[in-house]
Amino acid sequence: MQILIDRYNPQSDSAPYTQTYHLNDAEVGEDTMLLELLQQLRIQDPTLGFRSSCQEGVCGSDGMNVNGNNCLSCITLVKPLGDKIHIRPLPSFPIIKDLIVDMQLFYDQYKNVEPFLKGDEHLSRDPEHEILQTPEEREKLDGSYECILCACCSSSCPSFWWNPDLFPGPAALLAANRFVIDSRDITTIDRLESLDKAEKAFRCRHIQNCTAACPKGLNPSRAIQGLKHAIVKNRS
Amino acid sequence: MTQEATLQEYEFDAVVIGAGGAGMRAALQLTEAGHKVAMISKVFPTRSHTVAAQGGINAALGNVTEDKWQWHMYDTIKGSDYLGDQDAIEFMCREANQIVRELEHFGVPFSRLENGKIYQRAFGGQSQNYGEKQAKRTCAAADRTGHAILHSLYQQNLRAGTEMFVEHFALDLIIDDDETVCGVLIQNLHDSALKAVWAKHVLLATGGAGQIFRTNSNASINTGDGLGMVQRAGIPLQDMEFWQFHPTGVAGKGMLISEATRGEGGILRNADGEAFMVRYAPKVKELASRDVVARAIAVEVEEGRGCGPQKDHVLLDLTHLPHDVIENRLPGIRDISRTFLGIDPIEAPIPIFPTCHYMMGGIPTNLNGQVVKPDIPYPENRSGQSVDTQIPVPGLYAIGECACVSVHGANRLGGNSLLDIIVFGRKAAQEIGKQLQNNPEIATRPFQHNLNALLQRYQRWLQTSPSESAHDSVFAIAADMQKIMESGCGVFRDHQHMQQTVEQLRQLEQRFAQVQIQDDSAVFNFERCSALELENLLAVAKATACSALAREESRGAHTRVDFSERDDENWLKHSLFYPQNESILFKPVNRQPTQHAPFEPQKRVY
Repeated sequence: MQILIDRYNPQSDSAPYTQTYHLNDAEVGEDTMLLELLQQLRIQDPTLGFRSSCQEGVCGSDGMNVNGNNCLSCITLVKPLGDKIHIRPLPSFPIIKDLIVDMQLFYDQYKNVEPFLKGDEHLSRDPEHEILQTPEEREKLDGSYECILCACCSSSCPSFWWNPDLFPGPAALLAANRFVIDSRDITTIDRLESLDKAEKAFRCRHIQNCTAACPKGLNPSRAIQGLKHAIVKNRS
Repeated sequence: MTQEATLQEYEFDAVVIGAGGAGMRAALQLTEAGHKVAMISKVFPTRSHTVAAQGGINAALGNVTEDKWQWHMYDTIKGSDYLGDQDAIEFMCREANQIVRELEHFGVPFSRLENGKIYQRAFGGQSQNYGEKQAKRTCAAADRTGHAILHSLYQQNLRAGTEMFVEHFALDLIIDDDETVCGVLIQNLHDSALKAVWAKHVLLATGGAGQIFRTNSNASINTGDGLGMVQRAGIPLQDMEFWQFHPTGVAGKGMLISEATRGEGGILRNADGEAFMVRYAPKVKELASRDVVARAIAVEVEEGRGCGPQKDHVLLDLTHLPHDVIENRLPGIRDISRTFLGIDPIEAPIPIFPTCHYMMGGIPTNLNGQVVKPDIPYPENRSGQSVDTQIPVPGLYAIGECACVSVHGANRLGGNSLLDIIVFGRKAAQEIGKQLQNNPEIATRPFQHNLNALLQRYQRWLQTSPSESAHDSVFAIAADMQKIMESGCGVFRDHQHMQQTVEQLRQLEQRFAQVQIQDDSAVFNFERCSALELENLLAVAKATACSALAREESRGAHTRVDFSERDDENWLKHSLFYPQNESILFKPVNRQPTQHAPFEPQKRVY
């Protein structure tokens, strides 16, 4: 089996290049995940750079592009990828080293949508009572709060590729919508108005790469659609 | 150019090392109080392992069944096999309700009941009225409670503007000649730049060290860095023999299948299809505490009733549960089962086996999160003795899994670790805040300190050897350590195997002293980072094996085949391990709660 990995060491390389590794097919089982394979390669070649942590798809460290699709290596089976696997860093981000990218713009966009609950001042300070929420109100958050900030979505989004400094991207907009639809948040109108700009919510063209790429099965495109509806409704 | 010349320096009121739930709760408190605080994390904060906690956080809210903090306290003490400190457990259980409501106000998307209150589920070891009926005490956000809490705390820290050093690795504590901790030496993983962060208060929140075992539910970052740092600073580690093996890890792989599966009605079955827990815990069956269930599974397999071609696991059966329970209450578990086993738990049972999950021991602290140690200069001369007086280490605090306060004693109850990290995260920050108010001037670099010695220690990792001359590696030593610990210090232990483990660990220490790395890159040098982590793991493994060998009784998660009974007369005490001469001292268990009569040790039956 052939593994092609895009490598780059800023201290010695002027540009990224592709390195080919060979692995015995017998070392790959039906249930072998791509991360295990990368860990094996790192034992052979300790200079190989990639991030990972939880190894079960909840921490979001190991987003990468594999045979053209963004995924998390720890929950991606090797066998279905075929005999030749080409692993690249997540597209559109500056490469720091090998598969490690600089996600600062992605994190900044997340921060810019103010992704934190702004509840009623009085209720939020009451240590004796929870702010009530019906199961139906809570259910609206399903599909939004589970985001792990792996950036598989935003780094597959052409609108984000063009304007990563202006367009929040699918992950940040998913987070923005998560607080818009939270019944406990009292700043819905402020949130909608701040996103009512050509380069904010409306830069999304619903190409749906984000939804195809999300390793948690979330649907940022649909959430952004909902966000746009709410923005337009808020105008009138 | 020497390292000293390129050292960058920073000054803070307080520095928090670790950005899991404990570190983020503490950093939030300190930042909001207006202090100059830095949070240091070797990964981006939301990658910390709190994110993987599934089932929930305990509080006697009484939203589903009648509940009282006193019952929670009783259950926790019984669960700890009476080794937990009763003053600390009482404090944690009394804080729990407010702590959970505060998390809700921070935005945590808890699952809800029809009346709009927080959903609570049954977990192991929980009872109403001191052991009578099953309680439902675990507050849950589906089965992603840790993720929900960690992300909400990160979001609150963004709001508050907490200063963060992300992807910075903490190497060692800086200590002045008065033995006051006055800062920490850290390294930026992006470019290997070393930084001295001076602070009047250093708070360790570095999490667990489950990577000492081969099969574990922990992230690869859980390498006991805080524990290694304090051992090198001459501070002992407490109760390191107590490691929780979670009953339901994915068989052969180790990732966690939440206790929530049993709380929602899941049943454990052996190869005969028998629901065997009734033989081990007749009253509460699957909802006995974790040590009991893990041992039961190990016995079933040992006695030949395991499932599969190798007869090496048992089955967790959820197929009888209503589909919507699995879809709405256990969606994350369903994901893990489908991803790693190709099994949908709606249709077929999940193969499971115990997996190393949680470290009950750790850095000894008092109720305020201050690190404490016995008031004696030469521990090696006092090996085996009990020491009553504990004094705080000036400037140093520890919280969460890396700390041993001790609220979990010999066995932690499910749902109590998320509670522990938030309760003591807030408490330690309040204590630091109080001290900063009494003494507000900023720390300055002390005249005498050990920074040069720390930099010297680090120098060896700047030497690399070319790959063709390397006959050993940090990866090989780490793999051997994990195998050695698994065979010697697993669910069942005895003198002979543990003695062998201690000797093998000594050999590994010698190999580690010789090993060199191959990667000389300054940018994300993972091999060097792994070497520094391995040094910490080896310290934790050694403390574990030596403490386990010394404790000649069975208590909680520490099960000795050769000493099968609990021995309160000789062993109702905490152990303190010093790496110097591998000596062990003891300290008494606190049995003086302030709001409730003490609980006397009783035979533990579920």
